[in-house]
Amino acid sequence: MKSIASERIIGVASPLLLLLAWELCARFNIIDTRFFPAPTAIVGHMFEMWSSGELWGHLSASLQRLAVGLLVGGVPAIFIGITMGLYRSIYAAVDPLISATYPIPKSSLLPLMLLIFGLGETSKIVMVAIGAFYPIVINTAAGVRQIPPILLDVGKNFQASRIRMFTTIALPGALPLVMTGIKLGAGMSLVLIAIAEMVGAKNGLGYMIWNAWEIFDVTTMYVGLFVIALIGFILNLAIDFIERLVIPWKHA
Amino acid sequence: MHDIETPSAGSLDAKIMLRNVCKQHGSFLALDRISLDIPAGNFFVIVGPSGCGKTTMLRMLAGLDTPTSGELRISGGNADRPQNAMVFQGDSLFPWMNVFDNAAYGLRMRGVTERETVKVVSEYLEKTGLTNSRNRYPHQLSGGMRQRVSIARAFANDPEVLLMDEPFSALDEQNKTILQEELLRIWEANRKTVVFITHSVDEAVTLGDRIMVMTAGPGKIKAMVDVNLPRPRKVLELRHTPAYGELVYQIWGHLREEVDRARAERSY
Repeated sequence: MKSIASERIIGVASPLLLLLAWELCARFNIIDTRFFPAPTAIVGHMFEMWSSGELWGHLSASLQRLAVGLLVGGVPAIFIGITMGLYRSIYAAVDPLISATYPIPKSSLLPLMLLIFGLGETSKIVMVAIGAFYPIVINTAAGVRQIPPILLDVGKNFQASRIRMFTTIALPGALPLVMTGIKLGAGMSLVLIAIAEMVGAKNGLGYMIWNAWEIFDVTTMYVGLFVIALIGFILNLAIDFIERLVIPWKHA
Repeated sequence: MHDIETPSAGSLDAKIMLRNVCKQHGSFLALDRISLDIPAGNFFVIVGPSGCGKTTMLRMLAGLDTPTSGELRISGGNADRPQNAMVFQGDSLFPWMNVFDNAAYGLRMRGVTERETVKVVSEYLEKTGLTNSRNRYPHQLSGGMRQRVSIARAFANDPEVLLMDEPFSALDEQNKTILQEELLRIWEANRKTVVFITHSVDEAVTLGDRIMVMTAGPGKIKAMVDVNLPRPRKVLELRHTPAYGELVYQIWGHLREEVDRARAERSY
């Protein structure tokens, strides 16, 4: 009990101490504030940008692309993953394609996507979708394949139809790994949305950071980095929360 | 496959009929020309050394496996009753369903109305002493309770034939005895045709009407033993009677020959 409490305290204290050291170093000009502006300056600038509505404009644009992209990439990934897990022939057909394309750094696909889908919203959404697709499809297929065969036998023995095998066995059985895939996919999406917005966008957090670099507005750059980190953190918490809701048998 | 067909040869009241059933796994002959009839309402037990193909046989009856050659048939039944339901060896409950939903699985897959499902499942949960656990998940239950759910699931589905694959083998001695007793009580109330696999001679004599002893590699019928012990049976009282001891001794005799033969073959 005591050790858990002290671990929590250490967990909160260590980043705070680091921020404090950073702040002091900036105040006493031990570090170059052109590259490392004081945390208080960054937070102050963030509030300015927030109240002017500028930050929300970028943030909402990025969030929208993330949400749509996660859906566009995630839903087919779950469907294909389950089908791959259930049917060996489909696994044999699709797995080589996924294994061959998975190692391609997703960011290197950006020029191609810009070429195909243009500079508009579509190319950014596609980038997010690609980022989400791979971890989700791979984890979902693995999730179905690790379901004990005896449970599939039960389904067959009790005459579950194909659809029922899907909904009562494959999907719930794979769910723990599906959630892991979603978590990894969301992380990958966040990386890609920032990159995609740097190149061909007029708004979004990626654009905000890139634009700040072009005009040497380092504080705004830090605001962008901080907000992206915050999105990642909140996304993780949200997925953990959803996981507890949809997988009650793991946490009950 | 081996679905309901018009009865041909064999006794007409045989619920389950096997004719020259063989099963080949690659070059290994798992089952060698098994022919037998199991009458309706019979508690039929198969005993044999491990690897004698008894699970393969049960899986074929369950429609989860097909014979390489020969004929296998479960007769009778109408369209709205399932042909069989299996109680599997080991953990076969869905971890994501609570006790009630697990027990209701067969009925729901058959599209039985929710009202009827609740009625039937509640009845079997009561009979298996699970009423207070109906909302718990399998990981919150002991091994014995999980196997009770599995039994309730099979009985609630009201099949023509119940197939049980060493359902108690993973349980400790006390739990095993308690569950055997419960199974006897439930079964003696509705007398379904049961095919029960076990490697325990005691279990076979305690539960069965008729015991088939199998040989190993390839699986063949070694002996058929009728168990004429009176019902209803009480496990402990039954085991105290001389007739029980006599049967156990007799079946061990058949099995020992097999075990010795297998051992002799293995040591060249």
